[in-house]
Amino acid sequence: MPLDLPIYMDNASTTRTDPRVLEAMLPFFLETYGNPSSRNHSFGWAAEDGVDRARRQVADLIGAGPKEIIWTSGATEANNLAIKGAARMYAKAPAGQTGRGHIITAIHEHKAVIDPCKRLEREGFDVTWLEPGADGLITAEMIAGAMRDDTILVSVMWANNEIGTINEIPEIGALCREHKAIFHTDATQWVGKMPTDVEADNIDLLSFSAHKLYGPNGVGALYVRRRRPRVRLEAMLDGGGHERGMRSGTLNVPGIVGMGMACEIAGAEMEAEGERLLELRQHMERSLVDAIDVVQVNGHAEKRLPHLTNISFGFVEGESLMMGVKDIACSSGSACTSASLEPSYVLKALGVGDDLAHSSLRMSFGRWTTAEEVDFAIQNIITAVNHLRSMSPLYDLHNEGIDISTIQWQSH
Amino acid sequence: MAYSDKVVEHYQNPRNVGSFGASKEVKDRSDIGVGIVGAPECGDVMQLQIKVDDDGMIEDAKFKCFGCGSAIASSSLATEWIKGRSVDDALKIKNTAIVEELSLPPVKIHCSVLAEDSIRSAIADYKKKNGVEDHDHDHDHDHDHDHDHDHDHDHSH
Repeated sequence: MPLDLPIYMDNASTTRTDPRVLEAMLPFFLETYGNPSSRNHSFGWAAEDGVDRARRQVADLIGAGPKEIIWTSGATEANNLAIKGAARMYAKAPAGQTGRGHIITAIHEHKAVIDPCKRLEREGFDVTWLEPGADGLITAEMIAGAMRDDTILVSVMWANNEIGTINEIPEIGALCREHKAIFHTDATQWVGKMPTDVEADNIDLLSFSAHKLYGPNGVGALYVRRRRPRVRLEAMLDGGGHERGMRSGTLNVPGIVGMGMACEIAGAEMEAEGERLLELRQHMERSLVDAIDVVQVNGHAEKRLPHLTNISFGFVEGESLMMGVKDIACSSGSACTSASLEPSYVLKALGVGDDLAHSSLRMSFGRWTTAEEVDFAIQNIITAVNHLRSMSPLYDLHNEGIDISTIQWQSH
Repeated sequence: MAYSDKVVEHYQNPRNVGSFGASKEVKDRSDIGVGIVGAPECGDVMQLQIKVDDDGMIEDAKFKCFGCGSAIASSSLATEWIKGRSVDDALKIKNTAIVEELSLPPVKIHCSVLAEDSIRSAIADYKKKNGVEDHDHDHDHDHDHDHDHDHDHDHSH
């Protein structure tokens, strides 16, 4: 059967909504469309039932209690609420004063963590920005080295969105517990793909969104620990006091119901799915490394998500590589919107050179990725890289044994 | 971003890819001029080699390009345009003509500039190898053309 082109390999950006999820959502648009805050009629009760069920489904996936789930518009909002809400709640001095407290995070977190931390820095908090090694991991040891008496919050993502590396989350959680610092993890790429247990993994705050796990866009959740310790947050949105006062605003019932269903399906299917996708990923990486010289798989060799790979190809230029693989919908290592030539800050953090960062592809597989699609992508990439290298003066120089970094370039 | 059909066509079927030999092999050949412009960290490197006959005509040209689709198309087009021209005539090719031919958007104009620079650089290399510093009066092929104001030559002749 011929493949439908282009093929979708950008599941770390967003996923197709599972038809079972969509089906669960539809009645909440058309029939039981009430506001769960309406306590006086059956429309409201039906909506509340839907939300309660979803709360249990989401909580079950991460080993939490239903009351510990706060609905948000997505992981960005959940990260903002967790980080700014905790810092402001546990600040050691009021706004406007110094010595408000210490926060630990890393330079290759998602922007939805970096930017809130930067804002807190401007508000008088001290932030330690950890730098990973070449494997991209943040370890408990690194956190221990940065921990201070006034550390109030640690925020480390579970798995990195660009390279898929998996940080030492349970160990970091244990360390934070010991130091009585609140531990937040952005688990957007992790939940629904890998087993999660907020108790065993020592997590206080955990963010994730529905659209990365075959649910709809525009809905996410923040897990907020209620016992040992009870975590409190300063709300960002003031209003009707929904979600235990932490997140006011009428609930997005169809989205929430969809997220619940997506989590239930993920819980049932992620183990088999993970094994299948890991095989596909390893097949792709092996095939490309075998067929192409000067190629590198970025991130830690083993501690990586099963469905995501980030590969750099030497001596080809990023934009022309994307042009060559136009039948594969994937991400490039350039934050490059043609005008700017800014290599990915995540790859930069790992010490990947600008040249290799520009010419990297992130491919992320999903529930409907087939072996045929992966084989097609492999061949497509090999053809494109060979085509570009047949034209690349840099590849010639490399083959002549000349180190291009030693050349005096006639720069523009 | 969307590329013009001509850029895509040159990208898929680049003309005159290759070289007349590795850099050290062609270094001492007086019939070959080599131009390498750009820098890897800027995302573009163009290498243009021209083969010039005894009458100063560019009988063949080869390019290699590390760069985006527009850079590849610009250098591919440049080789097509300079083949069969005299070296002085080839110097009249302006980047604006490349922009027009390939419908390059503003952010890609630098690709055409690089292509023009690679032509100038290759011809300068050829002239240097042949001891031609100024406008070359010994070759009469240039005299039929309009005076070229864009030559950065010494006009004291």
